[in-house]
Amino acid sequence: MRIDVTRFRTAFFEEAVEHLATIERGLIELERSGGDAELMNEIFRSVHSIKGASGSFGLNDIAEFTHGFESVLDRLRQGQMRPDRALTTLLLRAADILSGLVRAAQGGGAPPAGVGEVRTELESLLSGSGGAKGPVPVREDGGHRKEGSRFRISFRPGRDLFRSGMDPLLLLRDLENLGTISDVELDRSELPALALLDAEACYLAWQLTLVTDQTESAVREVFTFVEDACRLEIVALPDQAGPVDLPAQVERRTPAAESSIRVATEKVDELINLVGELVIAQAMVSEIIDGFSLKRLGDLRAAIAAMARNTQELQARVLSVRMLPVAMVFNRFPRLVRDLAEHCGRVVRLEVLGEDTELDKGVIEKLGDPILHLVRNAIDHGIEAPEERLARGKPAEGRLRLAAYHEGGNVVIEVTDDGRGLDPQKIRAKALERGLVKPDETLTDDQLHALIMAPGFSTATAVTDVSGRGVGLDVVRQNVESLNGSVGIESRSGEGSTMRIRLPLTLAIVDGLALRVGGQTFIVPLLAIRESFRPRPADLKSVFGQGEIVLVRGEPLPLVRLHRQFGIGEAVTDPASGLVLVLSSEGTSVGILVDELLGQSQFVVKSLEQQYRRVDGVMGATILGDGRVALILDAPELARLALLREPERDALCVSGERA
Amino acid sequence: MTRTALVIDDSASMRQMVTFTLSEAGFTTLEGADGQQGLSALGRAGKVDLIITDLNMPVMDGITFIRQARQLPICKFTPILMLTTESQEARKLEGKAAGATGWLVKPFDPEKLLQVIGKVVR
Repeated sequence: MRIDVTRFRTAFFEEAVEHLATIERGLIELERSGGDAELMNEIFRSVHSIKGASGSFGLNDIAEFTHGFESVLDRLRQGQMRPDRALTTLLLRAADILSGLVRAAQGGGAPPAGVGEVRTELESLLSGSGGAKGPVPVREDGGHRKEGSRFRISFRPGRDLFRSGMDPLLLLRDLENLGTISDVELDRSELPALALLDAEACYLAWQLTLVTDQTESAVREVFTFVEDACRLEIVALPDQAGPVDLPAQVERRTPAAESSIRVATEKVDELINLVGELVIAQAMVSEIIDGFSLKRLGDLRAAIAAMARNTQELQARVLSVRMLPVAMVFNRFPRLVRDLAEHCGRVVRLEVLGEDTELDKGVIEKLGDPILHLVRNAIDHGIEAPEERLARGKPAEGRLRLAAYHEGGNVVIEVTDDGRGLDPQKIRAKALERGLVKPDETLTDDQLHALIMAPGFSTATAVTDVSGRGVGLDVVRQNVESLNGSVGIESRSGEGSTMRIRLPLTLAIVDGLALRVGGQTFIVPLLAIRESFRPRPADLKSVFGQGEIVLVRGEPLPLVRLHRQFGIGEAVTDPASGLVLVLSSEGTSVGILVDELLGQSQFVVKSLEQQYRRVDGVMGATILGDGRVALILDAPELARLALLREPERDALCVSGERA
Repeated sequence: MTRTALVIDDSASMRQMVTFTLSEAGFTTLEGADGQQGLSALGRAGKVDLIITDLNMPVMDGITFIRQARQLPICKFTPILMLTTESQEARKLEGKAAGATGWLVKPFDPEKLLQVIGKVVR
């Protein structure tokens, strides 16, 4: 059978990327802390793994380069070398080259510059103290052939042969594959009386003659696995010819698909289990329906409920297949931070927290750039030069923290530095210059901070003296918002900043509450709902220039009339005869006026933007059980709209008001 | 009756190559990314006809796995092949002592793999 090994390369490239990240992170940790045995093992194992697999898949450039790399790491691991700065720098370069070689093999491009140079450097480290064992052979050759030899073979296996999983019959069959066997003699002289016989031991021995066109070493190779556990004699006899036919089949396969997800075996097992249960539940329903009478209605309900539970569980698990740890993004940062800090003349210590936090694959893939931008910003504009830090009474080493954690239905990613923080006055001056604020406008510090994310506000020259790279933070905000996320800033002048990216767990499904306004149904994500109540007329106030307000236990909240927001007729317009639903999100709350609540369910989110266009206060649409389309409300957006001044909000209304 | 093989390697691409080759040869395959997962796969599957394990793995290495698997009644006589590299001669002996049936030297290709499997499985 012939199998084209190139088909496995896709998987190899995928895991090579992970190994390369491990190697890089490990080397940086090694440089920082000197490293322990486990860390060195981890780095070694990754390089070793790449070497073994690349050779097997015919990627010779990679296999050859990893050889010297691996040997140096092996020395390091065994304490024969010390991981000083010069060595880790070389190893990091080697990691770069390796990564370049992998990319070249994957994309078919040219190998990276400096391959030979780094390889020579690695090898010169090895020479003088034992040297590397030469490059790995990539394929093994078959044995040499010689016309018709005859061998007399005496084979006496050890008693423990079976206990190592070996079957002597297979060895004989293997011999038969080499040629023709004759004159077989079974030696059972060692066989004890039945009472003394150990059923698991091997007492038999064989003598036979083999006619083959193979060499003696090829014959001996048949016994490689049992060599140390048997008595073997092979004697060459006078020549006699014997033809040998080796069957050869040719099989061609097309290469595997380009994109794939690696899923833990356990997750797949769980899925299979669940599908099994679903099949059972479905069989139960069929069985009940077959001989259905009203008496069995209760059974039917129970069976359908079981099926619903299974389906729900299955849905959750299938979605989890798309979930990947944030580590996929975070892994590249230790190296990046090291290089960036060096470039900007900073000393930075990176802390990474919560890298196991899982996020949708689609989100993970688009998260790299925004985080990178925030990290660059923190190092370039946030963290001060060591002298400046010392002068301000801070430690010379700046701290940068990357953290990911769950909060409600969201995943939060934070980039925190202990640098100089944002200066509200400089931001204000810049914003005035750009016409983003009016001179008489009073803004809180938080509102001023938020301005650095505004389009047209480049932080590059405004807040710090370091020259920018032309792209403002508004790009970060846009990227994150395209993932249905938001970016928040917390900063104290002189003490540092935290940039907080808040993302939905998955983009595909939302737990929501259906509600009715006139003839329309809307969905509100369950997580955003705080409470609902019917207000008394005394709870309602109109504030001049600020719109309507509803009092919830004395707390004034802006009131959004959905019928007005979306221009729906025939809806309840008197809040005291409808319901107010209180939505809370990101620290702001808003009351929305609805006719009635319909019930809770899960809704598949469809993009409205792709089919229609973006609508303020709406995160998407869904298709209801009866086939109608319902809009899914965006709670933070509604809250934001409610906080806008009245005229602006009116301008955003989809159509005119009906009182 | 189809035969079942357990493949243990922390490298997914190597597992993919080995399991693909095995399935072409008519095996049903189980997988594990380390020795620990290998043992739990054995626990779930019961008896298997062949085990192929890498040696250098996180969590539980191949040698420990082989030693522990050999203690299980269902694995007493099961052929166990270990995947090694040339530089691991000592590990090979260690593996044999732990109860491995044979070995396969990395790098290898599917043909070589099938050839070695033929040495230990009917």
